[in-house]
Amino acid sequence: MRKMLLAALSRVLQGPAAARTVARVVVASRTYADFASEATFEIKKCDLHRLEEGPPVTAVLTREEGLHYYKTMQTIRRMELKADQLYKQKIIRGFCHLYDGQEACCVGLEAAIKPTDHLITAYRAHGYTFTRGTSVREILAELTGRKGGCAKGKGGSMHMYAKNFYGGNGIVGAQVPLGAGIALACKYFGKDEICLTLYGDGAANQGQVFETYNMAALWKLPCIFICENNRYGMGTSVERAAASTDYYKRGDYIPGLRIDGMDLLCVREATKFAAEHCRSGKGPILMELQTYRYHGHSMSDPGVSYRTREEIQEVRSKSDPITLLKDRMVNNNLASVEELKEIDVEVRKEIEEAAQFATTDPEPPLEELSNHIYCNDPPFEVRGPNQWIRYKSAC
Amino acid sequence: MGFTGIAVGAAMAGLRPICEFMTFNFSMQAIDQVINSAAKTYYMSSGMVSVPVVFRGPNGTSAGVGAQHSQCFAAWYGHCPGLKVVSPWSSEDARGLLKSAIRDDNPVVMLEHELMYGVPFEMSEETQSKDFLVPIGKAKIERPGKHVTLVSHSRPVGHCLEAAAVLAKEGVECEVINLRTIRPMDVETIEASIMKTNNLVTVEGGWPQFGVGAEICARIMEGPAFNYLDAPAVRVTGADVPMPYAKILEENCIPQVKDIIFAVKKTLNI
Repeated sequence: MRKMLLAALSRVLQGPAAARTVARVVVASRTYADFASEATFEIKKCDLHRLEEGPPVTAVLTREEGLHYYKTMQTIRRMELKADQLYKQKIIRGFCHLYDGQEACCVGLEAAIKPTDHLITAYRAHGYTFTRGTSVREILAELTGRKGGCAKGKGGSMHMYAKNFYGGNGIVGAQVPLGAGIALACKYFGKDEICLTLYGDGAANQGQVFETYNMAALWKLPCIFICENNRYGMGTSVERAAASTDYYKRGDYIPGLRIDGMDLLCVREATKFAAEHCRSGKGPILMELQTYRYHGHSMSDPGVSYRTREEIQEVRSKSDPITLLKDRMVNNNLASVEELKEIDVEVRKEIEEAAQFATTDPEPPLEELSNHIYCNDPPFEVRGPNQWIRYKSAC
Repeated sequence: MGFTGIAVGAAMAGLRPICEFMTFNFSMQAIDQVINSAAKTYYMSSGMVSVPVVFRGPNGTSAGVGAQHSQCFAAWYGHCPGLKVVSPWSSEDARGLLKSAIRDDNPVVMLEHELMYGVPFEMSEETQSKDFLVPIGKAKIERPGKHVTLVSHSRPVGHCLEAAAVLAKEGVECEVINLRTIRPMDVETIEASIMKTNNLVTVEGGWPQFGVGAEICARIMEGPAFNYLDAPAVRVTGADVPMPYAKILEENCIPQVKDIIFAVKKTLNI
């Protein structure tokens, strides 16, 4: 039956497009029974600090999960590249810190926690804004400063928020105590929620981080401290910045793990382990995710004055998180190359549409500038650049 | 920085924390969390994340604690949109403003005064009741008058009342306004008073440059009350120096009753 169908189709569909279209038809006629429903993978063992045992060294990936993770990572990758493009066209202005290369971190973390858990990070936040539930179009529209942006255009790249996602924070390291505060609220409310508090290798040397370690450990707050070590704090390599680059040990009395942040499954399993640790009331735990960013620190940084193009290329070819997942899935019959290509096409289309929205949506009306100064206050007058320009806050 | 950030984070996640600074001088280190994390977040998130936190503690001068422990932060915090800043004088102010601050869904900085902690005040039944609130953003006329308006906040309000008592014997009736709130400032009450008395003297413990008094003078110039002034507005402030330790020097760096009386007489040209 299938052979007849294929033969009929190849007769009907001629021309250069035929090969591609036929391939798609072939995919459509394959059933799910052709794929494995899951596969088990060996993952790198984590380095441990003050822990007797660590996360498992194998992980099970179902086909469904794999396709979901693939699509999510690809969406973030293409979204960031689109942001790069829009920035170069001067449609996005100011700060823009891109996350491409680090996708396994945000997707892996989200895969291990619940939507009712909490997360806070620094300024390289677009990936997290997406995994925490904001649409691509709202993220891009926020970057382009339009009223359809997730913060109505008032936040910009570094100030995007979602339910149980507290941004997007511009001041290096400031989000760490905030995260412990959220964890304190989690403990206070007693609903078994935890808070993931992220920071980079640069912020890891900040004083307030250590103040936070102390209080989190003292009060056994359900806080997972996560250091996304992408090897460079702006243009300074970790070797030139830190007396100790074992970021997973920097919590001293706080147990820690060092994880391969380019492997989504590693991140996921480690986070499950860490979440269990927190939820069981043992107090905080520290995870160092070893990852890499392809772009420079921000759009103002070409990213090649402090590292070589060869290094970037090497990471891209040997450790790219999306390629890693794709290879695993294809080689273990969890998905076909064509199927994943279909997802790529779908993602590209979604990003294009989102970018279209982000470039055509109007900017917020002037009156918006006087809103959201105070919460739950009656409307009041807000002063403009001179005493005669007055706005009335509406909310 | 650490615990201030923890308080702010807890507020973002739904609690109503009160963050106490031993004195506001220490808040200078943590000011990033107060301004960038607390004050600005509701705005940056376009209303998605509110921060109902209270920062409280003694502000301004004490007795012999030296320069690093004697600064007034009313102007510093009063400068920032997104924050509310209150400054109690009496027991009624302290109780009512703290309750209002806690119930407010915004970050509120409450600048108390160490030397007022031990000063007793008469309090009515009503002011001791469970839900007694002093509204944020409303000044109180502590003493009505008709010749000059004295505007002050915190401990200097007491000095203004003392000065008013002395001046009353000489036939000068001062209207003493207790600001109670630095931000949002109740300019209307001040304007209405000036339109009655025609003269303004501001009194504060903080430094003169860019201070609370400077803001009041600027706002009066912009409004209807300017046309009612018979003389330029005058400011009585802390001396423009870091606070010295020696008693005689310290005393002369803080606005005293005699300085207020002198300023009033200069304004009224008597």
